Amino acid sequence: MFTLLSEHAALVFAAVAVFCVVVYVLADGLDLGVGILFLAAPRDADRDVMMASIEPVWDGNETWLVAGGTLLFAAFPAGYYILLPAFYLPIVTMLFALILRGVAFGFRLQATRFRLVWDIAFAGGSMLAALCQGLILGGLIDGVPVADGMFAGGPFSFLSLLGLMCGVGLIGGYGLIGAGWLIMKTQGATQIFAREIARAALILVAAAMLIVSVWSAWSVPEVAARWFSLPNLVLLAPVPLVTVAVVVTMWRGIWTGPESRTFLLSLGLFVLGLIGLVVSLWPYVVPRSVTVWQGLADPQSLAFIGVGLAIVLPIVLAYQAHAYWVFRGKTGSGHGAYGTDPTPAGRRRKLP
Amino acid sequence: MDAVALARLQFAFTVGFHILWPTMTIGLAWFVTWLSVLWWRTGNPVYRQLMRFWMRIFALGFGMGVVTGIVLSYEIGTNWAGFSRSAAHVLGPLFLYETLTAFFLEAGFIGIMLFGEGRVSRGAHVFACAMVSVGALLSATWIVAANSWMQTPAGAVADAHGIYHVVSWWDVVFTASFPYRLAHMVCASFLTVSFVVAGVSAFHIWRQRHVAASRTAFSMALWMALILAPTQIALGDLHGRNTLEHQPTKLAAMEGLWETTRGPAMTVIAWPDMATQSNLYALDIPHLASLYLTHSWKGEVEGLKAVSPADQPNVPVVFFAFRIMAGIGMVLLATAITGLVLRLRRRLFEARWFLWLAMATTPLGFIAVIAGWTVTEAGRQPWLIYGQLRTVDAVAPVAAGAVGASLLGFFLLYNVLMLAFAWFAGRLALAGPADLPVTAPEHPGLDGTNLGRRSASSPSTSLAPATPRNPQAAGA
Ligand code: HDD
Ligand code: HEM
Ligand code: HEM
Repeated sequence: MFTLLSEHAALVFAAVAVFCVVVYVLADGLDLGVGILFLAAPRDADRDVMMASIEPVWDGNETWLVAGGTLLFAAFPAGYYILLPAFYLPIVTMLFALILRGVAFGFRLQATRFRLVWDIAFAGGSMLAALCQGLILGGLIDGVPVADGMFAGGPFSFLSLLGLMCGVGLIGGYGLIGAGWLIMKTQGATQIFAREIARAALILVAAAMLIVSVWSAWSVPEVAARWFSLPNLVLLAPVPLVTVAVVVTMWRGIWTGPESRTFLLSLGLFVLGLIGLVVSLWPYVVPRSVTVWQGLADPQSLAFIGVGLAIVLPIVLAYQAHAYWVFRGKTGSGHGAYGTDPTPAGRRRKLP
Repeated sequence: MDAVALARLQFAFTVGFHILWPTMTIGLAWFVTWLSVLWWRTGNPVYRQLMRFWMRIFALGFGMGVVTGIVLSYEIGTNWAGFSRSAAHVLGPLFLYETLTAFFLEAGFIGIMLFGEGRVSRGAHVFACAMVSVGALLSATWIVAANSWMQTPAGAVADAHGIYHVVSWWDVVFTASFPYRLAHMVCASFLTVSFVVAGVSAFHIWRQRHVAASRTAFSMALWMALILAPTQIALGDLHGRNTLEHQPTKLAAMEGLWETTRGPAMTVIAWPDMATQSNLYALDIPHLASLYLTHSWKGEVEGLKAVSPADQPNVPVVFFAFRIMAGIGMVLLATAITGLVLRLRRRLFEARWFLWLAMATTPLGFIAVIAGWTVTEAGRQPWLIYGQLRTVDAVAPVAAGAVGASLLGFFLLYNVLMLAFAWFAGRLALAGPADLPVTAPEHPGLDGTNLGRRSASSPSTSLAPATPRNPQAAGA
């Protein structure tokens, strides 16, 4: 067992890293999504409910971003020290956006005045974070200039139309997850709003996925070679086909299907997109210059972190699943954790 | 400015901003835990009142710690790619363990700590608080281990490309300076928090509001300070002797000592002039430095000139930062002792000038922490990994413009954060612990006995109906 693990260390740790990214994207996707839809909601009461619905889970979600970053540093250092400088501006901007958003989240609940300012910060931060993630994604597909094992481009080399397209796609995609979440977690007017906006988000994300796929196949020869060479074409055909099926099913079920369907299908859509991405980029940590085998950390470092990961990750997943379970069901505006008495927010709400 | 200078400035700014919050939360977490224990064991509602109050401030500080910490974990890659390449196999796992620990203990229990009071049993709440506190402490342990490895590297060897590979994890974590640095940092956090609690309580005593709770907290905080202030100075002394052994140049910069000397004097104050390699306007006390550094009258201490000027750190920065830290240590000790004297004379809560003094000490711990880290970090320059990797070789291949722009962004954003924090935490702190429906006992702790035990048997139990399991009861 142990020798098997160490022989396939690169695969195991790549799988763990991809897993962290998937969990991050799915989990933070739902609360970024709620943020993206935030200003579109017609009434202030909707916004209260929307925030309350993600309150118990959002900061747990964001820790996966830290886990992903440090895991990259520890397990695939080359990925870390080449990609982070390469995506300097979008990463820093994303961090700004996430901070702004987190702070707006905390302070909106406490503020009586300037609510609109915090609303805008929350929604704007969420959108900006999604856009930056999209730019990074597009840049990865496009490839990163490397010389002598270090990043060799300029501060704006990450910028590409593909990246912008990915950014738009992610805004739509997160918005879709967020809408699905709200359909599931809310009722009445807020739910109706969520159903309405889900359609728009779905159109946006489907269009973006299509454009990004075609465009990257057309502009990046390596990606085209991966998908359109012969056994691959047949083996990989299910990915786009299932994607189309998911989109169609979702479209038809937004108003009529079970309340959790849109949410689950939107998560499925993201997983499919990520599978497509892994197919396009495998086996590189730094696209087309450093493979997972070349970028891997020392065995003694991997063994050291392997122990911690094997113990902590399952427990953390269980916790977070538990948190979702505890807060299952519909959200009422006063139901979130902050809504009970230990916080000033709770006190404020109780005042006449 | 070039990218190196900007990157250093940016890192110093962001890490210096980050460290404020862990300093606050490591100590506050334990304070809240202790209050939760007291409430559990004694049932005295004053403790619950205080626990809720400090828990809210803790929650705000914790949030700030997390968001600013995330920035750092990415900055090591964005700005210090050369360093990341060299040290990733060594430091990557330490940082990952920091995250995992924080994940494991903090993320899991913090919800119960902050929102579970009144919903879970009191014992369970104590347990959750303790887990969060342990988690914060472990996080700090990993980070300090990483930093100590950079100060006194061991347990890893560099290959031909300058990339470090670990030989022994034990040696990497338990480096020569690690125990001292960790103990001094943790004690710093506790000491800082003692004076924050004392200062805020003094404010309410002075305003004569929330008197029972504030007196209890004031008394507790000053007892803590009385123990911690001398401990911190003793730990600092040990830390300095460890530095003398492993980083003599840094120590010489702290002391402002240029020549290698037998039985060196202590330079109380001077202007260390790097151009002439000597002190201007020096005020010296003969042999004193020899006494506390080598514990002998004529011990030999290496001076700055033992290395070429190019390998010296910025001496005035280290020299003055050290004096600020040690000076604050002395001020805090004096304040704690004054508190004891007043307590023995039973005037602790009456002497208004002392309440003012306590309020004035509130920010000092934070300033000392920043000064201390400046000594540590500026003092090891020009090395990033001491004696092995130079800071100039560690920077990332990013354009100065990008680093400068992001530095400006951080500067603006962090100022907004600070303002928002000051606004909300300040409002909480100034509003004070929520008063109980019925007045709690007066003069708790005046005689220095355990107030909890006393009041559990007398007035308070009959005053507030203790219904901890009903969250609505005390919220109003
Ligand atoms: C409340 C905060 C506080 C206070 C009152 C003091 N310190 Fe300190 N000091 C720190 C907080 C701190 C710190 C922030 O925790 C540092 C930075 C890195 C570290 O390990 O601890 C530090 C570093 C530090 C170093 C640098 C060690 C190195 O990196 O080589 C020395 C020699 C001392 N301290 C010594 C003292 C002395 C002699 C003090 C009192 C007279 C003192 N400190 C008070
Ligand atoms: C001696 C210096 C440092 C200490 C003592 C320290 C300690 C802590 C502590 C106790 C926390 C928990 C949150 C809180 O209680 O506020 C925290 C958060 C964090 N710190 Fe630091 N830190 C230090 C420096 C750094 C550095 C240099 C990095 C980056 C490499 C870093 C990265 C983080 C991260 C990512 C978090 C958030 C973790 C989470 O999600 O809970 N810290 N730090
Ligand atoms: C949290 C408390 C800390 C504070 C307040 C602090 C402060 C500073 C300061 C003032 C500098 C600039 C020194 C100079 O250029 O003159 C610096 C540099 C640096 N520190 Fe720290 N530091 C802390 C902890 C850490 C930790 C835990 C690490 C990593 C494990 C770290 C790694 C570095 C690095 C990589 C640099 C940049 C290179 C350099 O200029 O030395 N620091 N820090």
